Amino acid sequence: MLLCNLISIAERVGAPRIVPTRGIPYPTGDPSLTPEAEKAWRRRLLDRALEALATTVHQPTVFEVPEEARA
Amino acid sequence: MANIVHYINQFFAGVGGEDSAGSGPTLVMGPVGPGRRLAELLGPEHEIVATVWCGDDVASGIVPAIIDLIRSVDVDGGVGSDVDGGVGGGVDLVAAGPAFTSGRYGLACARVAAAAHDAGWLAVASMHEDNPGLDEAGATPVVASGEVARRMAPSLDRLAGAVTKLLRHEPLTAADGRIGKLARLTVMADARAAERAVDLALVRLAGDHTATEIPLPRFDQVTPAAPVEDLTTAMVALVTEGGLVPDDNPGALESARATRWLRYPIGNLDALMAGEWRSIHGGFSTAYANDDPHRILPLDVGRQLVADGAVGSLFAEYFVTTGNGTSVANARRFGIEWAADLRHSGARAAILTAT
Repeated sequence: MLLCNLISIAERVGAPRIVPTRGIPYPTGDPSLTPEAEKAWRRRLLDRALEALATTVHQPTVFEVPEEARA
Repeated sequence: MANIVHYINQFFAGVGGEDSAGSGPTLVMGPVGPGRRLAELLGPEHEIVATVWCGDDVASGIVPAIIDLIRSVDVDGGVGSDVDGGVGGGVDLVAAGPAFTSGRYGLACARVAAAAHDAGWLAVASMHEDNPGLDEAGATPVVASGEVARRMAPSLDRLAGAVTKLLRHEPLTAADGRIGKLARLTVMADARAAERAVDLALVRLAGDHTATEIPLPRFDQVTPAAPVEDLTTAMVALVTEGGLVPDDNPGALESARATRWLRYPIGNLDALMAGEWRSIHGGFSTAYANDDPHRILPLDVGRQLVADGAVGSLFAEYFVTTGNGTSVANARRFGIEWAADLRHSGARAAILTAT
């Protein structure tokens, strides 16, 4: 599965499982947060990544991290 | 009449296979192997005055020696050629290949053509668009060949057409089978942009949904892998194109246009310390990544997932390349190699971070 910010490109090249991130230079981070909150955000990204890996897909599919879960 | 030098490898020169792949460059007067058919196709207007062949293992590393051999070709006593722009003893054009999808041969053809171009000759190479050597040709024209040598005949037809056109000093276009980097030229269009935009809109409305002035690269269809049935027992790998490497970049990973990928052990680490790791990616500011490498490679949370039982284990190494200007052909190769390696190592899933 793919964690990235440029979702349109990921879909265009056919990446099957995509979890959107918050910025190009920090796919598994968010420097605007405190270190603790950033690590919690990273955990949510990875939890969503695991859900994507366990899901059957037939085409490029975006697995958003639920909005209410965002730090 | 134009004078052409043809570059081929040891196999197509009829010298041998891998046993001869270490042979240095050799000059033979006249056409050899596929050059004979190429000469027929070119007709009496043009002549393959010489063939230079070299072994696949060494050719791409000794291109200057190959160029020196071409320079040594002395046509008509070295009095020069009948075609404008000819230099170097009357040679007008250097043609290389077809190299099909052969990596070493394609790399050599691309580099020989590029160096010949730099030396002032017209030059063209022939290879399949998936050949990893393609990008090495730079702005020197490359025309598509078939995938394998079985497609020699149509590949030579296209190469001959390209040679003929170049010798008329006409640019090669996609219609000629040109692949790889296309030089962008300023030309006078026959209508202003607004008119062309309306024309294109009308063409599209009439049912041609692919008409365009700017063809975009084509990408593969990817067949999604089946889901992982039980992640709690699965080994999961962390991989990245974010250019994250040990601080001194011991493998000299490129910051752009990567030609390789690297692997580093993380099996004994619970976290990646700032100052010990660095992103050398040239496509974005790496300050955030260097302040906390987990922003590129989430090892800290990966360990959490294992401790919490969410995944069985983490693969003891991570794979890394730089996805900045990297050719699709190289990226495809990295992906194939990563998948094969991880499958062999027992990993069931990979989490790829991309910048």
